Amino acid sequence: MWDESSPRAVNGRAPDVFRPGAWVPMREYPEDKAVDFAIVGTGAGGGTLACKLAEHGFSVVAFDAGPYWRPLEDFASDETHQSKLYWTDKRIVDGDNPLQLGANNSGKSVGGSTVHFAMVSLRFRPEWFKSRSKLGYAVDWPLDWREMWRYYSEVEQALKVSGPLRYPWGPARPRYPYRPHELNAAALVLAEGAEALGIDWTPTPLATLSAPRGLAHPCVYRGMCVIGCSTNAKQSVLVTWLPRALEAGAEIRDLAMVGSIEHDTAGLATGVHYQREGRWHFQRARNVVVAGYAIETPRLLLNSASARFPDGLANSSGLVGKNLMVQSNQAVWGVMDREIRSYKGPPSLAITEHWNYADDGKDFHGGYCYMSQGPLPIVWGTTQASKRGLWGQDLLNAMENYNHQVGLKIVGETLPQERNCVTLSDERDQYGLRIPRVTYAFCDNDKRLIAHSLRFMRQALEAVDAHDIWDEDDDTCHLNGTARMGDDPSSSVVNADCRCWDIPNLWICDGSVFPTVGGVNPSLTIEAIACRTADRIKAMARRGELSRS
Amino acid sequence: MTERYPGYNVLNKRNSVSWNEQTRAVIDARTGIDPDFHRFCDEAEWKALRALCDQIIPQPADRTVKVPLAAMIDQKLYSGKGDGYRDARLPEQDKAWRLGLAAIDTEAVAACEKPFSDLSNDQRRWLLCRIQRGQVSSEAWQDLSPATFFAKRLLHDIVSAYYAHPASWSEIGFGGPAGPRGYVRMNFDRRDPWEAAEASPGREDRARRENERVG
Repeated sequence: MWDESSPRAVNGRAPDVFRPGAWVPMREYPEDKAVDFAIVGTGAGGGTLACKLAEHGFSVVAFDAGPYWRPLEDFASDETHQSKLYWTDKRIVDGDNPLQLGANNSGKSVGGSTVHFAMVSLRFRPEWFKSRSKLGYAVDWPLDWREMWRYYSEVEQALKVSGPLRYPWGPARPRYPYRPHELNAAALVLAEGAEALGIDWTPTPLATLSAPRGLAHPCVYRGMCVIGCSTNAKQSVLVTWLPRALEAGAEIRDLAMVGSIEHDTAGLATGVHYQREGRWHFQRARNVVVAGYAIETPRLLLNSASARFPDGLANSSGLVGKNLMVQSNQAVWGVMDREIRSYKGPPSLAITEHWNYADDGKDFHGGYCYMSQGPLPIVWGTTQASKRGLWGQDLLNAMENYNHQVGLKIVGETLPQERNCVTLSDERDQYGLRIPRVTYAFCDNDKRLIAHSLRFMRQALEAVDAHDIWDEDDDTCHLNGTARMGDDPSSSVVNADCRCWDIPNLWICDGSVFPTVGGVNPSLTIEAIACRTADRIKAMARRGELSRS
Repeated sequence: MTERYPGYNVLNKRNSVSWNEQTRAVIDARTGIDPDFHRFCDEAEWKALRALCDQIIPQPADRTVKVPLAAMIDQKLYSGKGDGYRDARLPEQDKAWRLGLAAIDTEAVAACEKPFSDLSNDQRRWLLCRIQRGQVSSEAWQDLSPATFFAKRLLHDIVSAYYAHPASWSEIGFGGPAGPRGYVRMNFDRRDPWEAAEASPGREDRARRENERVG
């Protein structure tokens, strides 16, 4: 197997992700001639934007610190081995609720964490774009849901999302491109519980193929989605937007870690310093886009501090790195008499968004969805050990019920708080860059939401006669905030177009720009924002509103 | 205790279409780990680590080849490969393990006048329970919180190592590697012929026959 020690996307070609050992042509751009856009990160934000900007005719170089995989030849069916997809560089966590990073919320690959995401592709509830005005908490987005609705449709088509014929919540949406997947027993347990409690449920809209698409086959229900799909059914950025980006003339530089953004005396960005093959390089660019996700994005902006911008780039508001939002990811687990074998199929085949859309009787702001679960053995074993404190024979006995266990797990909204933040530590990583310190604590509202969800999901498991029910009360997922968008330069980092208030040719396009997170997985929204941003940039360029460096 | 999946061995699928070449290479390397080989631990640490692993994961006495947990952890620590984050309350994983192993031995000597590996099973369990609850206070821990070390480092690493090994997959009836074949039967109480058959009480032989055909 490839040892990922040297870049693959070089010499005018990039890996063909659909054919073992094969290549596709790739345009290359010289470092000393400014490209239209240097994009830092190729995940849900950067990869999507690279594609759309290249298709709009801009010259684009997209950098990723991670390797450029061919899933068919590089991926094993093994949890430990596949940790190669995770961002495992040094990071420090603290606060009242120190986050677990690395695995489920961070990726270091071309395609970013979408290479190992759970494929859950949900739209925001429309009111969340105006949660201050409509629902009375947090802040409004500067975006309109009706415009986002159109971009959601574009992304669902691009990923051939499989989903139900009728979605039970929210305004009408177009039919999902591909049919829903068959439900596994874990999903049927969610359905039975929801029906017993009188709430709606649905097959989860998933970005994994339920029918053939080009060279990719339908999902074979291998169940190892969150360690990387080895059959290419998963519609990650790696196998969707990036092949299109290459085709449209973008260059992708893999194993290229951007360490800082340079600017000129006028305060405009001029390019990026990046390390590749052990050497520092400089790529000139007329515009720089930061798309490193909610930890690496503020880290890069802070690490780019200069005499002119001593607090880091784009930070006149003081909000770079602030308002980090995870999503609560608590679960209720139980044991069924029937065999479940939840390791089969995508892990979250059924969902209820009831508590995202129902507001009555809540003692908290925000919402949550919950989904069925299918943890693989290491995740399940460490969950039993670290969350329940089980070891010895007690642990082995609990693990014997692996094929009978079921779980319901939320993706819950947390509120933005300035004290939850990414700052720089004095320690340095293998590139010589200061590492991030990630500080996190739930607020009282977050805790009330979690308590509500645990009570409700317990009822749902009791309703289907699960026994040995227990609460997993401290998990989190996803990372957002830290460079929020808004209408006011004093209370946001970027505007609705993801353009920095302080530096007009610096853009941020990833989950960092979220002012709030809602109770759904963020990737579909990140990709929709990237599509919108590309269209806005195209329109601004046409009007001569892009700055020239 | 009777086996839940008698005769099921996930390795019988090694040459089937449930495993690809990449998976075979990865698992072969893991099952080929020499259980006595260690480069990170010194002899005292090695003894303590082995005894700890036996306590956290008591492997069946009749298992002919035990999962080489201590060697797997030693290998991970030697490689320096981290998890991607470090709780600010803990030092780097290698330092945490060295401190923790030394402190566990110190606690054992203080309580029973013997290093941890020389304690009886009951004594080991008693001491580990106290560490888990943070009820130890030897200065050997320095600024390492015993309970945090136990939950976030010791349990995490040993349990992760065990459930990375095919022997544990066979024990819990997990299908194991599944690419490219995947699965077909998704509903309640349904299994594909290449999945483990669970024994119902009194009908272990039937499950054993089914499991012998898994491949």
